Amino acid sequence: MHYTLCDMIADITANSVEAGATCIALECIQTKDAFNVTVADNGKGMSSQTLMRAKDPFYTDGKKHPGRKVGLGIPFLIQTAEETDGFWDIQSVPGKGTKVIMGFNLANIDTPPVGNLQDLFLDILTLPGNYDMDIHRKDDEAKLDYKLNRNELKDALGGELESAGSQILLRKFIESQEV
Amino acid sequence: MTLEELRKMRNQMKTEVEKRETAGKTIQIIVGMGTCGIASGAKDTFNTFLKLIEEKGLADRVMLRQTGCMGLCAHEPTVEVVVPEMPRVIYGDVKADVAKEIVEQHIIGKKLLDNLIIDKPAADIITKK
Repeated sequence: MHYTLCDMIADITANSVEAGATCIALECIQTKDAFNVTVADNGKGMSSQTLMRAKDPFYTDGKKHPGRKVGLGIPFLIQTAEETDGFWDIQSVPGKGTKVIMGFNLANIDTPPVGNLQDLFLDILTLPGNYDMDIHRKDDEAKLDYKLNRNELKDALGGELESAGSQILLRKFIESQEV
Repeated sequence: MTLEELRKMRNQMKTEVEKRETAGKTIQIIVGMGTCGIASGAKDTFNTFLKLIEEKGLADRVMLRQTGCMGLCAHEPTVEVVVPEMPRVIYGDVKADVAKEIVEQHIIGKKLLDNLIIDKPAADIITKK
């Protein structure tokens, strides 16, 4: 399983970008004992048959690595949720998109640590590709509630997020939202 | 910070990046962020690179990119480094300490870290110790 919940979210979000999504919405809602995350995209989606198979760690479409026999992103999520009293759901429509719902019980001792959300946001906002992304972070305990939009940030950063200069400023911007 | 403040800060930055990009002088650091990379700490590697680039004042000439799995899962995190006029190489097992070596020796010192290269240039370019 992944070391932190943020790693899991990074993995699932990268799937949305790879599925050709132009719009991705990530919601991270945290309370004292619960961390609920939704990733919704308008990517190519999966048929119910493909979705069934994506839950199997020994299934991959074989396109990324011909000859390889594993695909662990979704199985990691299922394993973690099921072993730690969490929940998960994946809804997908071919041609329309996919929605992944993850719920983690932070009071369960086996739940991995949440991880660093600021680093997560920086990573998933700077994935290669032309996609828009809405991020909503709400944390009752930390009294935080803010939103980020990739296109707005990209525009403010001179239209590119790949130079280290833009990324350093983006990190500072995300940090400033955490206060 | 507001978006307007962010925009101002970006405008104050030198436009060196664009100039170098067109002249083919940009250094690229490409971090593998597939499931295997993430599980091995690639997110930390990525963020360590960004901090080092800022510390060493290299922000105007480095592009930090992410990619999927490079097919070398046993050596994650993997990082491809492209420095103009040097061979493209893929380094394996790039934890924070290795990231520091890459920035200091490869990117600044223009010297390959022979023992950490796991893919690319031909055997006659690297000298195994």
